[in-house]
Amino acid sequence: MASLTIKNLRKNFGSVDVLKGIDLEAKTGEFIALVGPSGCGKSTLLAMIAGLETVSSGEIWIGDRMVNSVAPKDRDIAMVFQSYALYPTMTVRENMAFGMESRGVGKAEQKEAIARVAALLQIEPLLNRKPGQLSGGQRQRVAMGRALVRDPALFLFDEPLSNLDAKLRVDMRTEIKKLHQRVGKTTVYVTHDQIEAMTLASRIAVMHQGSVQQFADPDTIYNRPANIFVAGFMGSPAMNFITAQITADAGNPVVTFPLSNGQQARLPLHQATAERAKARKVILGIRPEHLSRQSSATSGKAGAANLVAPVEVVEPTGAETMAVLKFGEREVVGRFTPDEAPKTGEAMPLSVDMTRACLFDPETERLI
Amino acid sequence: MAEATMTAAHFDNEAGAARRRYTLSRVVIYGLLALFSIVYIIPLFVVIFNSFRTLPEISQNGLISFPQSFRLDAWPRAWSEYCIGGNCEGMQHYFWNSVMMVVPATIISTALGAMNGYILSKWKFRGSEVIFNLMLLGVFMPGQIALLPWAFLLGKIGLANSVGGLILVHCIQGISFTTLFCRNYYVSIPDDLIKAARIDGAGFWRIFYKIILPISPPILIVTVIWQFTGIWNEYLFGVVLNSGAQQPITAALVALSTNGTNVRDYDVMSAAVLIGSIPPLLVYFFGGKYFVRGLTQGAIK
Repeated sequence: MASLTIKNLRKNFGSVDVLKGIDLEAKTGEFIALVGPSGCGKSTLLAMIAGLETVSSGEIWIGDRMVNSVAPKDRDIAMVFQSYALYPTMTVRENMAFGMESRGVGKAEQKEAIARVAALLQIEPLLNRKPGQLSGGQRQRVAMGRALVRDPALFLFDEPLSNLDAKLRVDMRTEIKKLHQRVGKTTVYVTHDQIEAMTLASRIAVMHQGSVQQFADPDTIYNRPANIFVAGFMGSPAMNFITAQITADAGNPVVTFPLSNGQQARLPLHQATAERAKARKVILGIRPEHLSRQSSATSGKAGAANLVAPVEVVEPTGAETMAVLKFGEREVVGRFTPDEAPKTGEAMPLSVDMTRACLFDPETERLI
Repeated sequence: MAEATMTAAHFDNEAGAARRRYTLSRVVIYGLLALFSIVYIIPLFVVIFNSFRTLPEISQNGLISFPQSFRLDAWPRAWSEYCIGGNCEGMQHYFWNSVMMVVPATIISTALGAMNGYILSKWKFRGSEVIFNLMLLGVFMPGQIALLPWAFLLGKIGLANSVGGLILVHCIQGISFTTLFCRNYYVSIPDDLIKAARIDGAGFWRIFYKIILPISPPILIVTVIWQFTGIWNEYLFGVVLNSGAQQPITAALVALSTNGTNVRDYDVMSAAVLIGSIPPLLVYFFGGKYFVRGLTQGAIK
């Protein structure tokens, strides 16, 4: 039984269509992420799941009831906000007890629940402080504690890490993941940071302009993106897109595109299906880490294709070296280990891992 | 080293000239400020001194002169013995009229203003902006416009010439201001706080009592001070709508100054005026800094 099911959900504000037919589901105990650029509708979707926004059409099911017209407090959910939304005049303890008091939970039960959650999140020494006396990370944990104490069927997170500095964000990300492994509640997590989505979620819904572009596990999203938007949004640095042509070379399909030295690159497709082998214009997608320096090791690998390209810019980061190369008129980013790092101006012999390369239709922008 | 820089400044005409200009401008500014503060404060001191001088001495030396005598008896006479319009009970009756008018009106208009501000900022509904703008009209409307309608209305509902009638008038007139203050203050409370409370199961009233009111003291102090001083000092409605024994102290003071053909008891009149001014002055002395602080503070830091 799915813990959360959304069927053909639509939302419009006046004449503006903010959500255009969303279909999603989260199984019990699953952690799903809603990721997308600003304005894609992910926060609106979360607000509708919480009951803070009305539904224009479609259905939202939590557990086995349809909750379209159920008040937020009766949906058995808890939410963590980007701004934490802690009640400023109450202590941490009172903040956590507020919901239970509103629902008439007994004092002894309240005490026990607060003690349990405080131990889990290590916020016991903070229980008598007010939110104004806490640091950002502490406030974040108190906000999560307030949600945990509820013990709901569904957890909702609305960009909870956006207000933290970079180092704290990484630490809290790990804490959230550990927490989910401990507590095992169904979670819907909204973020604009694709790294957070990739590291935390068991399934990711990539959203763009009010619709779900792809809903799958991180591996599929990363290696078999459904369209150019998903391919370009997930992964940093972004995937390289090269307009190319598929032709037949002695019966085998190859991807060709012009190089800087006037010649054509010829990259044989690896295990091409009939659909992929059709002669036509395509957009070739290669991730920066799929480029490496040609060597004896790469030549033997299945699916390795070779070409030569000039190096324009080299950016060493310590653990790896980024380089900007020119494929004809196009600039392409590559990610290399420091050992095989290119030098600026070098005409670098490259090996492309074609087992991972993606082909997209230029008109529909979908994966072939 | 220091000696060298000192002698350098000594010979630097530009630095010296700038310093002289600065000193001169300071002298001018402080001189003007001192002059204006004396002009402002002298009337208050004149009245205070006159309330402690004996009447013969005032008649001899004039109203505005340094006191040569000191008597305390003008005050009790002003409070309980002075005759105003045939009534020889002093100011105490009118003082209590004002108190009975100001306290309920302040409390009720502040409470309603807080409620209105809460609703208009946190529970927006269709037409809420229109309603708010209409209420805003009350802030800018001159009070005199409502004089005749109020007289008519109070007569119809049987509250003419009564302190209760004045309480009603000041409550209604005060709602515009208090709603404006409270709504602008509450707008800075993040909406996420209300959303979190709704998910936690709190309804309209619980959110108001448990979350909004505890944050409100700065703006409530502002509205209380504003309403208290405004209603206490108000003269027009007090003198037009009420007469005789129902008038507040501001109206009674004017009656005092036009009192028949008696010799002008300047000492008693000064004491009476001060009795009428003490409550707002006390409010200013003790609450003034909270007033300023409340106006400039937001709800959540």
